Amino acid sequence: MAKHILAALVENRPGVLARVANLFRRRSFNIDSLSVGRTQRDEMSRMTIVMESDSAEADRLVKNLYKLVDVVHVDHLHSQPSVVREMALVKVRASSENRREVIQLCDIFRARIIDVSAESLVVEITGEEEKLENFTELVRPFGIVEMVRTGMIALGRGGHTLKDEGFKPNRSRAAARRNVL
Amino acid sequence: MSDDTATDRASEEAGTGTDAVVLTGAEIVCECLLREGVDIVFGYPGGAILPTYDALTKYPQLHHVLTRHEQGASHMADGYARATGKVGVAMATSGPGATNLVTGIATAMMDSSPIVCITGQVPTGAIGSDAFQETDVTGITLPITKHNYLVTSIEELPEVMREAFHIARTGRPGPVLVDIPKDVQIQEAEFVYPTEPIELPGYSPPRAARARQVDGALELIRKSKRPIILAGHGISMAGANRELAQLAEKAQIPIALTLLGKGAISEHHPLCLGMMGMHGGAEVNHAIQEADLLIALGMRFDDRVTGNLATYARDSRKIHVDIDPSEINKNVTVDVGIVGDLGEVLRQLLERVERRPNEAWFDRIAEWRADSELREIVRPADAPQHPAVPEGKLLGAQVIRDLFEFTGGEAITVTDVGQHQMWEAQYYHHERPHSLITSGGLGTMGFGLPAAIGAKMSRPDQEVWAIVGDGGFQMTMMELATAVQEQVNVHIAIINNGFLGMVRQWQEFFYEERYNQTPMVNPDFCKLAEAYGIPTVRVTERGQIEEAVNASRAQTAGPTLIDFVVEKEEIVFPMVPAGADLDDMIRRPTPAEFERQQQERAAAAEVVPEAETAESEAPAATAALGSRFGV
Ligand SMILES: Cc1ncc(C[n+]2csc(CCOP(=O)(O)OP(=O)(O)O)c2C)c(N)n1
Ligand SMILES: [Mg+2]
Repeated sequence: MAKHILAALVENRPGVLARVANLFRRRSFNIDSLSVGRTQRDEMSRMTIVMESDSAEADRLVKNLYKLVDVVHVDHLHSQPSVVREMALVKVRASSENRREVIQLCDIFRARIIDVSAESLVVEITGEEEKLENFTELVRPFGIVEMVRTGMIALGRGGHTLKDEGFKPNRSRAAARRNVL
Repeated sequence: MSDDTATDRASEEAGTGTDAVVLTGAEIVCECLLREGVDIVFGYPGGAILPTYDALTKYPQLHHVLTRHEQGASHMADGYARATGKVGVAMATSGPGATNLVTGIATAMMDSSPIVCITGQVPTGAIGSDAFQETDVTGITLPITKHNYLVTSIEELPEVMREAFHIARTGRPGPVLVDIPKDVQIQEAEFVYPTEPIELPGYSPPRAARARQVDGALELIRKSKRPIILAGHGISMAGANRELAQLAEKAQIPIALTLLGKGAISEHHPLCLGMMGMHGGAEVNHAIQEADLLIALGMRFDDRVTGNLATYARDSRKIHVDIDPSEINKNVTVDVGIVGDLGEVLRQLLERVERRPNEAWFDRIAEWRADSELREIVRPADAPQHPAVPEGKLLGAQVIRDLFEFTGGEAITVTDVGQHQMWEAQYYHHERPHSLITSGGLGTMGFGLPAAIGAKMSRPDQEVWAIVGDGGFQMTMMELATAVQEQVNVHIAIINNGFLGMVRQWQEFFYEERYNQTPMVNPDFCKLAEAYGIPTVRVTERGQIEEAVNASRAQTAGPTLIDFVVEKEEIVFPMVPAGADLDDMIRRPTPAEFERQQQERAAAAEVVPEAETAESEAPAATAALGSRFGV
């Protein structure tokens, strides 16, 4: 068992996310996180899928993703040098007595405080999964009121990119391209 | 009827090079169907698809077959597709019309059959509002289609239709659904049929194999002493039948068939062993378990052919060739996985494969076969019979064997699901590809009759028999009316055992003969068919089969029906219980074993005359069960 990070370029057609999500459910893939967003090209979105599994299972997911007509390219970023980031927004309980301590922690982690109120701070922190986890463990004693994480996103380093050459958007279909939802 | 059909207009304008014609969405659908070579549409009208039904009146080249249920339409499209490899088309309205298609779509998906389903949808503005007869059919069919579309503007309609057919028929074929809102059918737009080749960035079916994989496969074949080819549906779908025979002959490798693989090679070919799996030949399953090399071609290691995966062909290396990469290493981990078109890959292998003497291996298989022959219950009527054959009883298995004989093995047979389906697989020996049409993956009862109608309409030159059980027939027998209305010359053989026979068999073996909800009170099938004006015969003895079959065959217009009233509690042997090891089969006893069991039973009955009490009944039943197991 290991963490596998897959990146998929998908055509920006209605329903793509449903197709991918349905695949996870239908074939019982256990997904840790999924994040979807636009890319440098209007017609394509990029999904980053993280799963904890053996490599045969990850392989199976790649093959099944390729079976979806809207999936253009899938890459196993695990096997490539890549940069991985995740962002979290954490609302930490902080009274006037311990506020300084929380702020110090944020400094150490290079986290940004983006909202302050009488009882709490909202902290934005970006980094690899481990960093986010360490940070949340350290602020947990103060009290985490609320928290949200984006799920991981990743890019191959240097020359390693997902192949989208040869992708020609269909002119008459452009009208139907909205978003992946 | 006006001569000025929309097609004439469209082609005329195209020919004179003027601007494209303006057509409605509904007309565009018809134009696209024509350009895809469609001649028959199976369907059922309703509000949301009415504009397209109206447009159909302008396209007499598109023959519409009115089914009696939309499930029938999807099965007919499927049967049509399987008989020829052409894409079958089904059409239905929104809501209940679309949901009724679902069983047929799932059936086509499991067996990789190319069909395109066109459904009407509520107008785009009403989508999501729970409008009358609105259902999210693209959502419902997401996991049971190869791909589906909700068309949201008329501009994309021609492109979507073209893609739908392309995706349905290429690569690993499968069903595609196109959902078209009513307003899109009514809107008008310039019709420009795209001519440039279809390029779908996320869809490119593989063709030839990589050299390294071919080398690996050849090396394994060269080293093997007990190889066996497992041929599946993919062979006939790829049209690789000749290559399969050549490979087997050149390398001297015996071939086992999956249920849908029947027809991949003639079952009369000396290298063809017959069907494998749950009800496959014992010699075939033994050969697979003892092989040192499996060469799996266009099959997917379904649990009905592998049995217990942990003990499946344990001592063998494995080569798997399939067009669908996701099948490789899905159920069985293989040594060499080759992704590609079977025809191309087999030609690549053929070039360099070496001839192998496998005499010892063939002798071993022949021993197993001799044992199977001893246990065989269905013999020519004039041969000495197995003592287990009840005197004067008609067996379902006999019916199939004789039907095979009296049709010269030449018919296209279409089965339903159950015991009769397995007897067909065991006793009707097919020679040609696409000559057995059966629901293998989904095992859909009710498939037989409508699929046979579709098959006959796509191959009017061929004799078509629907071999159905009394249970499954009643699931879609309303399609008798369709066969009559269209004068489809399909011969229906009901194997009427008064039971949901296959389920009863499981109850007999695994639920101590508690036949809960499997006996049926049936209608008089002959009278029923006669109400539709269909000629019928009832057969209750083996001696009547020939005449009945010949009488049916003599009818060359419209359907015929034979009600074969057979022994109620027959068993399909051999049987690998679900999840058991593939060679752990329940066998029919040999004649000698059978006689001995009879004597033992008689002796036991004498010793315990007071076997009437409730307590002693249970062990007696278990003993009887044990003896039927042939142990
Ligand atoms: C739609 C559907 N429902 C239930 C089943 C489960 N099932 C498999 S075989 C069978 C019995 C079929 O009985 P019949 O059609 O009379 O054929 P027989 O086995 O008697 O030849 C049943 C109920 C099924 N395969 N399909
Ligand atoms: Mg029956």
